[in-house]
Amino acid sequence: MVKAVINGLKVEVPEKTTILDAARKAQIKIPTLCKHPDSYLHASAACGICLVRVKGSKKMLRACCTPLEEGMDIITHDPEIVAIRRTVVELFLSNHPNECLTCGRNNNCELQSLVADFGIREEFYEKIVKDIPKDDSTGNIVLEPRKCINCARCVDVCQNVQDVWALTFLHRGFNTRMAPAGDISLADSPCVRCGQCAAHCPTGAIFEKDDTVLAWKALRDPEQYCVVQIAPAVRVALGEAFGFPLGANVTKKIYTALRRMGFKAIFDTNFSADVTIMEEASEFVERFAHKKGPLPLITTCCPSWVDFMEKFHHDMIPHFSSAKSPHEMMGVLVKTYYAEKNKLDPAKLKVISVMPCTAKKFEISRSHDMSASGFQDVDVVLTTRELARMIKQAGIDFSNLPEEDSDHILGDYSGAGTIFGATGGVMEAALRTAYSFVTGKKLPKVEFENVRGLKGVKETSIKIEGAEVKIAVAHGLANVEYVLDQVRKAQKEGKPLPYHFIEVMACPGGCVGGGGQPYGVTDELRTARAKGLYSDDEAQTVRCSHENPYVQQLYKEFLGKPLSEKAHHLLHTKYQPLPIYRR
Amino acid sequence: MAKTVFVKDTAITGKDRTRDFYGFFLGGLREKGLENDVQLVRVADIGVYGQGMVVRVLPEDFLYVNVQDSDIPAVITESVIGGKPIKDKLFTQASKQARIVLRNCGVIDPESIEDYIARDGYQALAKVLGEYTPEKTAQEIKASGLRGRGGAGFPTGMKWEITRKAPGDQKYMICNGDEGDPGAYMDRSVLEGDPHSVVEGMIIGGYAIGASKGYFYIRAEYPLAIARIEKAIEQCRKHGILGEGILGSSFNFDLEIRLGAGAFVCGEETALIASIEGKRGYPSPRPPFPSIKGLWGKPTCINNVETLANIPVIILKGGSWFAGIGTEGSKGTKVFAVTGKVKNSGLVEVPMGTTIEDIVYGICGGALSGKSVKAIQTGGPSGGVIPKEYFQTKVDYESLQKMGSIMGSGGMIVMDEDDCMADIAKFYLGFCVDESCGKCAPCRIGGTQMLRLLKKVTDGEGTRKDLDQLEQISFAMQKASLCGLGQTAPNPVLSTLHYYRSEYEAHVDKKKCPACKCEKLIRFLIMSEKCVKCGMCFKACPVGAISGNRESGYLIDQTKCVRCGQCFEVCKPRAISRS
Repeated sequence: MVKAVINGLKVEVPEKTTILDAARKAQIKIPTLCKHPDSYLHASAACGICLVRVKGSKKMLRACCTPLEEGMDIITHDPEIVAIRRTVVELFLSNHPNECLTCGRNNNCELQSLVADFGIREEFYEKIVKDIPKDDSTGNIVLEPRKCINCARCVDVCQNVQDVWALTFLHRGFNTRMAPAGDISLADSPCVRCGQCAAHCPTGAIFEKDDTVLAWKALRDPEQYCVVQIAPAVRVALGEAFGFPLGANVTKKIYTALRRMGFKAIFDTNFSADVTIMEEASEFVERFAHKKGPLPLITTCCPSWVDFMEKFHHDMIPHFSSAKSPHEMMGVLVKTYYAEKNKLDPAKLKVISVMPCTAKKFEISRSHDMSASGFQDVDVVLTTRELARMIKQAGIDFSNLPEEDSDHILGDYSGAGTIFGATGGVMEAALRTAYSFVTGKKLPKVEFENVRGLKGVKETSIKIEGAEVKIAVAHGLANVEYVLDQVRKAQKEGKPLPYHFIEVMACPGGCVGGGGQPYGVTDELRTARAKGLYSDDEAQTVRCSHENPYVQQLYKEFLGKPLSEKAHHLLHTKYQPLPIYRR
Repeated sequence: MAKTVFVKDTAITGKDRTRDFYGFFLGGLREKGLENDVQLVRVADIGVYGQGMVVRVLPEDFLYVNVQDSDIPAVITESVIGGKPIKDKLFTQASKQARIVLRNCGVIDPESIEDYIARDGYQALAKVLGEYTPEKTAQEIKASGLRGRGGAGFPTGMKWEITRKAPGDQKYMICNGDEGDPGAYMDRSVLEGDPHSVVEGMIIGGYAIGASKGYFYIRAEYPLAIARIEKAIEQCRKHGILGEGILGSSFNFDLEIRLGAGAFVCGEETALIASIEGKRGYPSPRPPFPSIKGLWGKPTCINNVETLANIPVIILKGGSWFAGIGTEGSKGTKVFAVTGKVKNSGLVEVPMGTTIEDIVYGICGGALSGKSVKAIQTGGPSGGVIPKEYFQTKVDYESLQKMGSIMGSGGMIVMDEDDCMADIAKFYLGFCVDESCGKCAPCRIGGTQMLRLLKKVTDGEGTRKDLDQLEQISFAMQKASLCGLGQTAPNPVLSTLHYYRSEYEAHVDKKKCPACKCEKLIRFLIMSEKCVKCGMCFKACPVGAISGNRESGYLIDQTKCVRCGQCFEVCKPRAISRS
């Protein structure tokens, strides 16, 4: 532990704690623009706002990257420090377009807040803003480099957390700008659309493509029959936009809000997550118990991970589960099963999804398989952030809404479906069902604590009928390399497989930390959201996918059994190697 | 040592005649049948400047200046063959100089390890390997009081000691040869003229800190320096001076070269490390300092070329000998590259504590004819100006800093009455803005804003408020920039504002440039009473702004004039006024 003094207050913090974090513990907020509180990101020391000084010293230190040392006497606010901070903020302002009113981050921008806090009423320096064109080539993540303040968060997250290396800095000096490496379009770059860049951006320089207009258009068209689904992780994050505590589960308020917005049927991706488990667990049992197909089996619910694998890990394609993601399964089931059952014309059905994810916007047109119903299975994808905006636009007083239920039967889920939103959740849900499929018995305890939590790679094993199933769970794409290398090494040396079943989620923490979730993600927030999901699981009477009576009904009425021909046609897909750079 | 003759044309004006003179001299040698016995070398730097054709005869070390082609036969018969000096041609060294760093430059063949060894080369290395422990080696340098010559002046011995004590299985030595200040070429001259002294310094440093590997980081714009270091390393490997078991000891050390790709900021140590690692040359926050966590995360000692060239001499002559030279806080000598509006420009090496006056007037001969010196600028773009009134200032780290400038790496640019201080500040700031890496906002945006303001001032569009803004941004940049480049970039602006505020005020209040330099603020007029109607101005004007003929006289069309001053320069009767 290190003992020191900050602004006359005694503090005691663990070694290597930065002055910024130590000050926070003493209720002192040092402003910064480049340091994100998320521990995955490094301090780039780029903004020059978090300046502090050792008492009596003329030199100023950056609080974000300077560790507090024993006996230090730190001053965080004095007239000179504040004046310099103000000048730096004014300099930022002189290099930033005044488009706040129409910016994607209006009311939610870190630069805007800082300028407001400093009470800057007049622009002191002449505006010098370079005219760099917008890049909306991907159709899901938009780069607006004019608004970039070069904080390097996106580059850090893209290179070091996600290992994608799509974003970098080009040129130097005043011409330095964040861009895809090689100055190509984002769509041609290795970008996997995880949206972590957008989730961490302090300004409106990177944001999700706004599809709320498309959603409103469909909702207001009397010819269209709009159906909505919400993903597991949305329910524990949306509340943050309306002042609910971190991780609060607002599922039923979301149902009410969606119904009031005009959706004809409110479904839940948790139901199709249960269906995914039926297919994926069956696939695993086929490969593991009946030796049909290669092991390990790797989960494919995450479209960024799928894109990453198709670009960087071609050799792993045979190991991928062919089951589609829950999101796509819901789409196809609505346009086939639900349409047939309710005698609706699938051409007039619009499926709108609310996802914690920017990559889901990309997934809906990923391949022909995403139109298995004969129509594009999902029409519009909204992120959690977009839904929050729509609720506000609709004039709905969200926090005081009554709670309503979802619609049958595609809205009835088990506890296994809801934990999909946290890292390890898919694995846990699959194990619950796979165990029963192999043994025919009920699990004595459904929780698998070893696959929960925020450790980058979680390795464990369970016994099914005396056979050991070795598993690995990875989240944050930079953690994938290690897991896959273990597999490759064993394959090459002819040794026993290190794992039989692998779950990968692109975003740190899984979907609760997704790129489309409300801003300000930290491990504390990821944990709180995951906790919300695990509580939702515990609150359910049915906690295994195969025990969900409505899933059973779906198979009885429509699909037959898992991995049936119909199920294969509607619920499964194929993968293909893709070049890392499209040109 | 074989008979060797060095030649170099050191005349300031006119064509470099070294090549022709070399041809004549070779011819002279052929006549005597000596072309195979005497090694005739054209050197890049011979140690004196502005002294016409210079010839150095070795091993006797006769230095002849202002040698004419007709003197060649006498030099050959008297000195080369006879081994006797020709008294009236001998150069008497200006006593104000003291050559430690440049001891071998222009004296030895830089591509010959034998030459270097003949002048006590690698004796220091043998001494430390044989007699000193690494601790003692660092101690000796510490006792010498040697401070880093790259600019910041951190005590070298202390840096070695910190790196030696830092925990780590692998340590690295780096030589910073990314010299980039405008007008500075001290390191280049040492690398090109005496590469082995730097290599020896590196090996001794490696021994002292416990490194087994070292890197030369040299800018790619110095191809000759790179070639010479490459050759020196190769020769050392052949002679058992690099590699395993150096000079029969148990010490292993090897060197590699890395080239800088043209970014000034890569001379900053953390950016330099990033560059060697193959990353974008971005500086990173310190601490951790490279001595603790440097190249590939290992303890790394980065020393400047000139610092390293001092090491062998200090080891041989002892730390206390070195500490006897210079001032209390700054020991030894410093090499300056004196350029600009001065009679004898070139490298000078003087003991710390020599006054600016002694350098500018005593050694370099003062201003060009008909002009007077106004100020000097030291420390390159990170430094500041020192006006003539303060030329009694001694050159050492503290005194220069007190004057608002810095020692820097040793650039010294002399300015005369024709130089406008706002324009000078704009030039240096422009350099830093161009070379900013773009990582931190104070430097990236602040520098650009300052340059815009300075442009406004020199264009005669500035206001008093702009001067305030310049100061305000300067203070923020000094405190809030991440690395030395941004922290010191405002220095030229602040020091000129400090010493020459009235010049700035003339620009903003009266819209006048007192030095008649800022092109937007000056006008050229032909004074008909003085004009002899020769038409030279008419011919010289590159934009056709002058009209008229030899009968009617000439007129300048101010709307076409680009204020280049060509007409002003060519007008013999001084009939063109500049105001």
